[in-house]
Amino acid sequence: MVRFFEDVRTVMWREWLVLNRRLGRFIFSRMVTPILYMLAFGVGLGRAVQMNGGSYLDFVVPGIIALNSMNISFNSVGSPLNMAKLYHKTLEEYLIAPITTPAFLCGKILAGAVRGMISSLIIVALAFLFGANLALSPIFFALLILNCLVFAALGAVAALLMKSHEDMANFSTYVLVPMSFLCGTFFRADHLPQGVRLIVELLPLTPASHAIRAAAMQTAISEWWLIAQGAYLLLFFGMAHRLMEQIRRE
Amino acid sequence: MIELEGLVKAFQGRTAVNGLTLSVARGESFALLGPNGAGKTTTIRILTMLLRPTAGRVFIAGHEVGQADNAIKQLIGVVPQHMNLDTDLTAKENLWLHARLHHMDKQAAGARIAELLAFVELSDRADEMVGTFSGGMKRRLMIARALLHKPQVLFLDEPTVGLDPQVRRRLWDLIRRMNAEGLTLLLTTHYIEEAEQLCNRVAIVDKGKLLALESPRALCQRLGEFVVEWMDEGKTENRYFATREAAAAYAGSVQYNTAIRRTNLEDVFVEMTGRKVRE
Ligand SMILES: Nc1ncnc2c1ncn2[C@@H]1O[C@H](COP(=O)(O)OP(=O)(O)OP(=O)(O)O)[C@@H](O)[C@H]1O
Ligand SMILES: [Mg+2]
Repeated sequence: MVRFFEDVRTVMWREWLVLNRRLGRFIFSRMVTPILYMLAFGVGLGRAVQMNGGSYLDFVVPGIIALNSMNISFNSVGSPLNMAKLYHKTLEEYLIAPITTPAFLCGKILAGAVRGMISSLIIVALAFLFGANLALSPIFFALLILNCLVFAALGAVAALLMKSHEDMANFSTYVLVPMSFLCGTFFRADHLPQGVRLIVELLPLTPASHAIRAAAMQTAISEWWLIAQGAYLLLFFGMAHRLMEQIRRE
Repeated sequence: MIELEGLVKAFQGRTAVNGLTLSVARGESFALLGPNGAGKTTTIRILTMLLRPTAGRVFIAGHEVGQADNAIKQLIGVVPQHMNLDTDLTAKENLWLHARLHHMDKQAAGARIAELLAFVELSDRADEMVGTFSGGMKRRLMIARALLHKPQVLFLDEPTVGLDPQVRRRLWDLIRRMNAEGLTLLLTTHYIEEAEQLCNRVAIVDKGKLLALESPRALCQRLGEFVVEWMDEGKTENRYFATREAAAAYAGSVQYNTAIRRTNLEDVFVEMTGRKVRE
């Protein structure tokens, strides 16, 4: 058990070395898309739109936080791990070492979630600069962390599954981009046609954007959203574990 | 130290390793020699647990691969054929990552890292990013990394491929020193000189099968220690003899321009596999 935590720390330590070296650049690059989203949807479009009496900016910021934490957490694990497996072959260094699959995955996923959290905090700060109102409670941050973990784990699944960098890019195009726009991020999912809505409600980003918005606006949080996210986290971790064990048994 | 029993590895219908049985004693320096695609890398990857065999068994220091992998992992060091250093880290950070992944004591690891960086003559580049290193420097760093946790067996897959002659000779010295200090070595190569220089026994493999296994000298002796060579209509012909006298007598009887020289591993190789090994 002590070994397990030691190994998780080792894997995270490597990620931290890499992030720390580029922390400044990481933070600046993470500001670009959220600023554009807030300008376009919050300020530009927001002037013309009213959401149940409240401002559209207040509505859309939690959605932007949800989709951004998804994208950053996914990509922080997804592309580097896929490259480590296919091109740099640095995954071998972990396969040759006496470290278990769960420890390896926990380290990578937690490190990805840390990046997701850093970029989320940047957006929260930007949102206040844009004049948005959101309530920052412990439950708000807990939900955010949970969402980061879910999509960091999905990043691991995609990285271990995809056989080329192009497939990785396609996964983003077909899975992440549609979720970014449809899962209750920019507009309420109940505005969608019935059939589409049913599918959208089942996607992993939807409960996150519902719950994060509810926490930010201090409305009721359904426990089903938490159960769904927890289930997705377990599912993705299990899938990543299976794929990694398959690689070990090639 | 290393035992292979009927090792087979098939990839979607193609058999890369086809019933390899051999054993390497503790302290030996052993070479797998064979042409491209002979199955050398596949064999090393099975021995280092990066691939699972289709059939057969492997034992390292008495532990069976697939049964006691973590025990084996602490005992072996691996220098793969391709560069797999972490280019996002410095030389020293690469070594620290390896030390931590192998659960080394922090103080011991620090001292060992300094010692090995000196050993592979990279102390002055320790804090530079690996991406800026030349091929020879990367390979030396990979050797340092493989030795860090004090393995008893070192696997080297084509340790000097793509390096210039000076660097190659320095690496040979390094490898000899490690062997002299008691490390068991299993290396693959298709440079015949390398096997001759470094190894006390050589296994010649082709198409995943063992063709011969002896000391370089014994392999040459089996063929005949002296060779008479001549050109016949643009083709090189040769015959092998046990003694120089016998070779000279034969040379005198042929009506072509002949040359007499000592048999080397390359001759053995060509006779056995029927083609020249070249880079
Ligand atoms: N992952 C794989 N999938 C399918 N075939 C493979 C795979 N790895 C190796 N092979 C095949 O197995 C055979 C042996 O390859 P291997 O890399 O072991 O040869 P080698 O002796 O190391 O050659 P080289 O001297 O070129 O490094 C080749 O025919 C190769 O195409
Ligand atoms: Mg090879």
